[in-house]
Amino acid sequence: MASTAAGTGTEDGVRRRDWIHIAALSSAGVGAASVVLPLVTQMDPSADVLAASTTDVDISSLEPGQSIKEVFREQPLFVKRMAAAEIAEVNAVDIGDLRDKQTLEERLGAGNADILVQLGVCTHLGCVPLGAAEGEEKGEYDGYFCPCHGSHYDAAGRIRKGPAPTNLVVPEFSFQSESVIRVG
Amino acid sequence: MSFAWAKNYEPKNAFTQWMDEKLPLPRLVYNAVGAGYPVPRNLNYMWNFGVLAGFFLMFQIVTGIVLAMHYAANTEVAFSQIEHIMRNVNYGWMFKNAHANGASFFFIVIYLHIFRGFYFSSYKAPREMIWLLGVVIFLLMMATAFMGYVLPWGQMSFWGAKVITGLFGAIPFVGDTLQTWLVGGFAPNNATLNRFFSLHFLLPFVIAGVVILHIWALHIPGSSNPTGIEVKQESDTVPFHPYYTAKDGWFLGLFLIFFAFVVFFAPYALGHPDNWIEASPLSTPAHIVPEWYFYPFYAILRAFTGDLTIPFTDIILIEAKLLGVIAMFAAILVWFFLPWLDKSPVRSGNYRPLFKKFFWFGLIPCMAALFYLGGATPEEPFIMMSQIATAYYFMHFLVILPIISQIEVPKPLPYSITESVLGKDDGAATKDVPPAAAPAGAMPEPAE
Repeated sequence: MASTAAGTGTEDGVRRRDWIHIAALSSAGVGAASVVLPLVTQMDPSADVLAASTTDVDISSLEPGQSIKEVFREQPLFVKRMAAAEIAEVNAVDIGDLRDKQTLEERLGAGNADILVQLGVCTHLGCVPLGAAEGEEKGEYDGYFCPCHGSHYDAAGRIRKGPAPTNLVVPEFSFQSESVIRVG
Repeated sequence: MSFAWAKNYEPKNAFTQWMDEKLPLPRLVYNAVGAGYPVPRNLNYMWNFGVLAGFFLMFQIVTGIVLAMHYAANTEVAFSQIEHIMRNVNYGWMFKNAHANGASFFFIVIYLHIFRGFYFSSYKAPREMIWLLGVVIFLLMMATAFMGYVLPWGQMSFWGAKVITGLFGAIPFVGDTLQTWLVGGFAPNNATLNRFFSLHFLLPFVIAGVVILHIWALHIPGSSNPTGIEVKQESDTVPFHPYYTAKDGWFLGLFLIFFAFVVFFAPYALGHPDNWIEASPLSTPAHIVPEWYFYPFYAILRAFTGDLTIPFTDIILIEAKLLGVIAMFAAILVWFFLPWLDKSPVRSGNYRPLFKKFFWFGLIPCMAALFYLGGATPEEPFIMMSQIATAYYFMHFLVILPIISQIEVPKPLPYSITESVLGKDDGAATKDVPPAAAPAGAMPEPAE
């Protein structure tokens, strides 16, 4: 056999051995790529963590102005029944003056007059803002104050002053009944 | 390093040139496993297991690091952490089974690598240091594998730890103190589990370090080959890349199919069901054995059932327990002396008729028997068979090999590796074979 058959010969620059190179390398490539998926996703939340991803909160004993601190997905959750004075105060603010423009209605959701649900996690770098418990510093806007870097939130959890970029996060939640909400 | 005709690394662009001046890592790789390393052209498939062993070391390190992210070395939770990995962690079942079976496959590869060394006398000068470092790697692997098996904290883990640390208890005078120090208590406990986890994490990196020395030592004389004669000329070699990178890659793919089959379809075939029972210091499993790769040495350990006494008296020189321990360690330590026990100037078993017989009909059946007996129940006839196999094992290395190397008449060796492949060697002045006699296609023309 001439050496052409062994692959050294070229016809328009194509060698017969190119095929085996491409086949071998692409098989190895697909194999390596399919190993990457498990290697990466093993660091994602495991099934037991995901299974604990909803939290039910009993709000029947909440008086207007009071808050409950709960844990939702390993982070603090503030559930508050807003007082009439607080609702009036935050509704009086001109939306145009806000850094993250949101009305109280948008934060409460449809069919919800006063139950404010938000993560107790400052949107700056993740500290827990003060203001949910009795007697805690509420900041300059009668809402929440983050002691780490001085972010001030109003009673609706909207950022008013300081380094935090956005309002406190409102997680998805629904009313299971008059007295129980399910977060997540 | 290596041979005069080895290709020299030449940086192709400005960046590689700059790199070569500052840190010649590409040059190192080129000379180690690239075109700059000339390798005998006649290596058979037994020479693939070195690269495979390197692969499995890396594989065990990668899967082990993943598992360590999800494991907790605490006796309260370790057992349930394994279930957590199996059930909750994304692809945790795959990593756990791949790591546990990876250990077995690492040993399969390493045993074949060692027995390649036995048959082709890879331990002989000038490659003694490669062999000695290899035995060190094997010892480190055994320690690592043993401690890894303790981590799931099942019944076999616990009792394996107890029995193996008990070996040190056999040492006269200091044994008990040493054993207590090793486990950090009076029986394997939380302290034991923690230190074993720490060492199980550390040792693979120590192994990787010794592997680098092993490869470094290999690159000084260059690879051995199935004829056992040394490389004489350029036509005896081909560059490692692309020839052996391609062959090793192909064989690795083939071997991984076998490995993947076990991981995905028979992941528990090589394990023991008792290890799915949580460790209990109060009850020993009815039939306790180590993992299969320790069977031969476990058989040797159990073969010693009587004390060594001064004949016709009751004076005990060495207790049976200690004898077993000494024999077990000696079974591996004897490998360190192989380069000096086997004095035959011929390396390859292919040219040593007597050695070949004792290898295939002596050592191999003996090892097969020890593998079987290590997993068998400690009762007759298995004890007696273990004793016979153990006796033969030591006879082979200490008596048979040295005697064979004195009395054997080896077969004539080919002039060169080239001649052994092509049937002729143009460089051999004494030979005069017409070119037509060369078998067509015996060695395909290199494509590039």
